[in-house]
Amino acid sequence: MTEMAKVPDGFGRFGEFGGKYVPEALMGALDELERGWEAAVADRAFSEELTRLRREVVGRPTPLYEAKRFSELAGCRVLLKREDLAHTGAHKINNTVGQVLLAKRMGKQRIIAETGAGQHGVATATAAAYFGLPCVVYMGAVDVSRQNLNVIRMQMLGAEVHAVESGSATLKDAINEALRDWVTNVEDTHYVIGSVVGPHPYPELVGALQSVIGDEARAECLELTGALPDEVVACVGGGSNAIGLFRSFYRDQDVVLTGVEAAGEGLDKRHGASISRGEPGVLHGARSLLLQDDQGLIAEAHSISAGLDYPGVGPEHAWLATSGRARYVAIDDHQAIRGFKALAQSEGILCALETAHAIAYVLDTDVSGTVLLGLSGRGDKDVATIAEVLSR
Amino acid sequence: MTALLAHLSGRVDAGAKLLVPYVMTGLPDRVSFPAAFAAVAEHADVVELGLAYSDPLMDGPVIAAAGERALREGVGPRHALDLARELPAGVPRVVMTYYNPIHKMGEAEFCRVAADAGVCGLIVPDIPIEESGGLRSSAAEHGLAWIPLVAPTSSRKRVESIAATATGFVYAVSTLGVTGTRRSLSERAFAVVSACREATDLPICVGIGVSDAVQAVQAAEHADGVVVGSAVVAALLETGAQGASAFLAELRSALDRMSV
Ligand SMILES: Cc1ncc(COP(=O)(O)O)c(C=O)c1O
Repeated sequence: MTEMAKVPDGFGRFGEFGGKYVPEALMGALDELERGWEAAVADRAFSEELTRLRREVVGRPTPLYEAKRFSELAGCRVLLKREDLAHTGAHKINNTVGQVLLAKRMGKQRIIAETGAGQHGVATATAAAYFGLPCVVYMGAVDVSRQNLNVIRMQMLGAEVHAVESGSATLKDAINEALRDWVTNVEDTHYVIGSVVGPHPYPELVGALQSVIGDEARAECLELTGALPDEVVACVGGGSNAIGLFRSFYRDQDVVLTGVEAAGEGLDKRHGASISRGEPGVLHGARSLLLQDDQGLIAEAHSISAGLDYPGVGPEHAWLATSGRARYVAIDDHQAIRGFKALAQSEGILCALETAHAIAYVLDTDVSGTVLLGLSGRGDKDVATIAEVLSR
Repeated sequence: MTALLAHLSGRVDAGAKLLVPYVMTGLPDRVSFPAAFAAVAEHADVVELGLAYSDPLMDGPVIAAAGERALREGVGPRHALDLARELPAGVPRVVMTYYNPIHKMGEAEFCRVAADAGVCGLIVPDIPIEESGGLRSSAAEHGLAWIPLVAPTSSRKRVESIAATATGFVYAVSTLGVTGTRRSLSERAFAVVSACREATDLPICVGIGVSDAVQAVQAAEHADGVVVGSAVVAALLETGAQGASAFLAELRSALDRMSV
């Protein structure tokens, strides 16, 4: 796929998606970030330091795990890429150690982040603590209550957590508030965005930092099975664990790439399926597919999992979907809970509710051959939510 | 030359300082909005009609809350343009809106509808010049003036390119941050204005954070005028049309005293 090599272009365009739709005040900082990243990538000391951090702080490489008993339930051979075993319990840390290392190199004094499920907030607070930088995390008030364990973790790590009450009080509003902070403090602050969303260069930068997942998994799969997987599956909120896994397989045309979105209460009710049901629009600095009404007001998403409760998606996914290189399906709240239980009881793994959407897809769909599934995070944070749903 | 620029240049050449208040379209409610607009327009050279949006990331608490209230009143971006159409002609009005509602309607269609509703200019705070080319052409086609924002962080080169796109006035953002009242005018306002002044002969208005008559006079010292947002919205919602009118009358006379 030669055209794959050309994206994103110099302005962060993945085909018709991406770009830099931000207030003028941020243009200088985005430019500085782009140049800072290019310089860091070209610097051997930076890559060596990143490799060391991945090994010592994150605990990489993460295992590729053959889920034998779950495979029997699913009717296909399922290999799990265990990002739940990374430090802090999700793939989010791959991004945050890289970005905070970069911020430090660029001389930034302060770290801010948004968080949905709280995993990105915890991972950012962890990286900030490691590097000794102050950290502020914005989190929707709804998410503060449904992911309270993570709020406490962030606070223990020394981060200040701000509950955001505006709008739907979930992930999108937390991003708005983080952007407001960044517009105000742009000169000394680095905004660690938590997924492959936002204005250029963020989707490219976060995708590059998460690619370690797919690079490892591809090699591990070849070693374990002697072949590439038939299908690669990951859940999609903003889309960072999926891009991290998918990018390493773009050129392997026979490998099916499947992203799993949140169908929430159902695709005809409230959901988070911005690719399956969205249309082009501009949100949080990029043109992508999103959920909006007929006046261009952003719709409120819904998912039982806070990390998929977002009305947009990274521009690279919008481009993969329209170009046909990846396919996207949607799994609802109930299916996700069934998937969560099935994995727990067949393998002894409590996965995150986000991940449970990918698990449920493999369980409920006629998938065959070898499936590589991104186990993006662990589910400790979700047990209260699940207990509540099951008691209803 | 756009109609807006002709109007503003005339005022500036006559020695006046420009007063550009902002209102959230549809507030206090649909029915009393025209009266609120009239009370504000009475003292204004141009009125900014804000369109409510779900995700106003350049707005602080006052305007963000006003937008949420307008949306609860059922006045989204399209309805706001309908309300604009019903306003009596007179003081020029420009639309201030986030980009996605324009994208959704289509750039050309949005400009056509806005021009048709008597709007004569456009301010879009969340797209930089690199993304606004298509919209600027559509605006020009429909006689809408383009009013770009220059930030304290804009490089000299960017200030030049941005100012070159202006066809109404240049909006000099006084400070880093979102809309909202401030206790004092940012010291950076002057640097932004002088960077703009080097780049253009068009009128320059200072906005974001200008909160009272003293600050308006300070801001207008080196610039051609001021944009006043949160303070007007707050006055309107707390003290009604009369209160907002009194507040603006005070600003107006302070600015008018500068020209004698
Ligand atoms: C465990 C886990 N998986 C997936 C996601 C969704 O994010 P993304 O689509 O960027 O991977 C989150 C987000 O919070 C998460 O915590």
